[in-house]
Amino acid sequence: MSFSRRKIAAAVAGAATFALVVSGCAADGGESSDDVTLTLATFNDFGYSDELLAQFTEETGIEVVHNKAATSNDARANYFQKLGKSGLADVEAVEIDWFTEAMQYADLLAPVPTDLQGRWLDWKEASATDSEGNLIAYGTDIGPQGVCYRADLFEAAGLPTDRAEVAALFDGDWDNFFSIGADYTAATGKPFIDSANSVLQGMVNQLDIAYEETDGTIVATENADIAAAYDAVVEKAVPISAYAGQWSEDWFASLSSGEFATMLCPGWMLGVISGNAPDVAGWDIADAFPGGGGNWGGSYLTVPANGANVEAAQQLAAWLTSPEVQMQAFANAGTFPSQVEALASDELAAATNEYFNDAPTGEILTSRAEAITVATFKGPQYFQFHDALQNAVTRVFDGLEDKDTSWNTWVTEVSAF
Amino acid sequence: MSAATSKDAPGVRVLSFSNKLSRWDLKISPYLYISPFFIMFAIVGLFPIAYTAVISFMDWDLVRNSGEFIGFDQYIWILQQPHFWTALRNTFSIFLLSTVPQLILAIFIAAMLDRNIRGKTFWRMGVLLPFVVAPVAVGLIFNVVFADNFGLVNGMLTDLGLDGIPWHKDPFWSHIAIATMVNYRWTGYNTLILLAAMQAVNREYYEAATVDGAGPLRQFTSITLPSLKPTLIFVIITSTIGGLQIFDEPRVFDQFGRGGAGQQWLTITLYLYDIGWGQWNFGRAAALAWILFIIILLIGLINLLITRTLVRDEGSRGIEKPRRLKKKKELAR
Repeated sequence: MSFSRRKIAAAVAGAATFALVVSGCAADGGESSDDVTLTLATFNDFGYSDELLAQFTEETGIEVVHNKAATSNDARANYFQKLGKSGLADVEAVEIDWFTEAMQYADLLAPVPTDLQGRWLDWKEASATDSEGNLIAYGTDIGPQGVCYRADLFEAAGLPTDRAEVAALFDGDWDNFFSIGADYTAATGKPFIDSANSVLQGMVNQLDIAYEETDGTIVATENADIAAAYDAVVEKAVPISAYAGQWSEDWFASLSSGEFATMLCPGWMLGVISGNAPDVAGWDIADAFPGGGGNWGGSYLTVPANGANVEAAQQLAAWLTSPEVQMQAFANAGTFPSQVEALASDELAAATNEYFNDAPTGEILTSRAEAITVATFKGPQYFQFHDALQNAVTRVFDGLEDKDTSWNTWVTEVSAF
Repeated sequence: MSAATSKDAPGVRVLSFSNKLSRWDLKISPYLYISPFFIMFAIVGLFPIAYTAVISFMDWDLVRNSGEFIGFDQYIWILQQPHFWTALRNTFSIFLLSTVPQLILAIFIAAMLDRNIRGKTFWRMGVLLPFVVAPVAVGLIFNVVFADNFGLVNGMLTDLGLDGIPWHKDPFWSHIAIATMVNYRWTGYNTLILLAAMQAVNREYYEAATVDGAGPLRQFTSITLPSLKPTLIFVIITSTIGGLQIFDEPRVFDQFGRGGAGQQWLTITLYLYDIGWGQWNFGRAAALAWILFIIILLIGLINLLITRTLVRDEGSRGIEKPRRLKKKKELAR
């Protein structure tokens, strides 16, 4: 009798333990209120080294725990799954490509204190300002683009090799760039530029309006600029490109064996090239970009409004994006500053890059940043539209569909969004 | 007297209560013992399935955790998408290209391992080794093999003066490449299951067959294969479910993980992921999840029907007693 009772008791106890375990999973993550410890979430490499964060702890007594996601896509998935709920870090980094998606939830983010306004470039601040005029994100870096070229391959093809002469050569519109490329490919039989889709990216980043109007109207298929960019890329960039898109196994192999002669180069791309092609000599960067300036990439820091330590988090975000600290991050990881004061600093002007034939990269990229006149409006669906258009270019590149068919496929595809 | 009765009465009552208790114990305890699984299943299985069904009828905002009821719109939207039908074609194509060669190979290897060979454990562990490798790692390895320009296979082909295979351009070849990754991982697993079934076959049949003068091939087709049927059905059903849910291999097949520029290797789960986590449209993703659930259910039913006919037809061979077979059939389900 007592034996069976014990059995039941044991079963009940077991079930209770089980319930505890299950509920225990949901209950953790509480904050201790005495010593403030902030969490900071970034991805790739923002240049926020442990030493740099230790400086903040020294100044304020606030500990910072830094979590790095491997890619911006991982960070994006995490961000939107937890935004407005719980589990986000006190300070969260957001990449420009999915920044407009985050802007839809501007009310869930703590605004930047007004006294910090004016710290960043106008267009960097403009794209982080919500409909009520609140600045909701702290700019970190930007991606002003120059043209990287292989001086050795240029010499072999009879093109100028000197940085200033190459800049003069590329100074012009995209057609000028394409015709130089066509001559190069005709003469050498080798691809001129790494990928057709990076050209598309470069062209789209020079438009005021891409696929959506600022009021949310979708203009993707009617936008003549987009159609013109597509035509130009498919007709003129595809024949001179090594690949349709970047970051594939083959693309990396070509980069490290030095197959193509040019690449469109935002500041962060310099590290990609020198890191993946250590044995290729001859890379250099010219202070020019077809069709005017262009920005590719760059990030923001945001402070979720429902965090436990919003005020301290704002302090950390403001500190990390201050011109002085951003310059340290630039030294660590090459993230080019978006802060007006940092852009004017002597330190930046003096920066050079040994791998790129000792090019004055600081000076060149500053000049490229000044050439940027437009910040393309990227609506919440920008990522989808642009991805589908890149697929259209890839289909032509791969010979799956011709120019018009591929465009029509894109039109059908995007009208379903 | 009355005091004695009143003293006895609770005693009787206690006894009858414990009697009841022991009867309950007998009846309830088994259920309590197995309940953890079902409680767990209700939490991590049933609840998400039901919640998905709810979301599939709503225009859902993930961040704000709220939605608006819109009925079957999202199901209709999914069925109107050309991408859905491409994904369905790709899924079935990859499924067939992986399952069929895989099973043939698994049966062959299992038959080899079933023989008296030296170092049995070594070989058996050897075939299972690829299964231990994480699918994403398999993907990374095979990306080097199947790269279009600098891949191992195309490198060899161009050395021989042949044209490279358009692995990432042509749907068929991309399916072959992905099926190869799947086969690499799962052939060993299926081999071991089939090997276990082969070893359960009564050795006397083989002896009798040898006495009757049947060669190894005849023994294989007339004894081994028929005995394997129930196990084969289990293997086919599990690989059907696995094949229709294929995700990891096509996901890592290129750098974007979205099934190719022309949707050459877009599978249903990949499409689902893209709608859910790329476009943040959880309503549509939930609807697609339910469509996939129904497809798998249908295929499962077809499998069951085929299974029944196969097993009934097999019962007349008299190699296994029908009762035992029925048991195995239930196991196989």
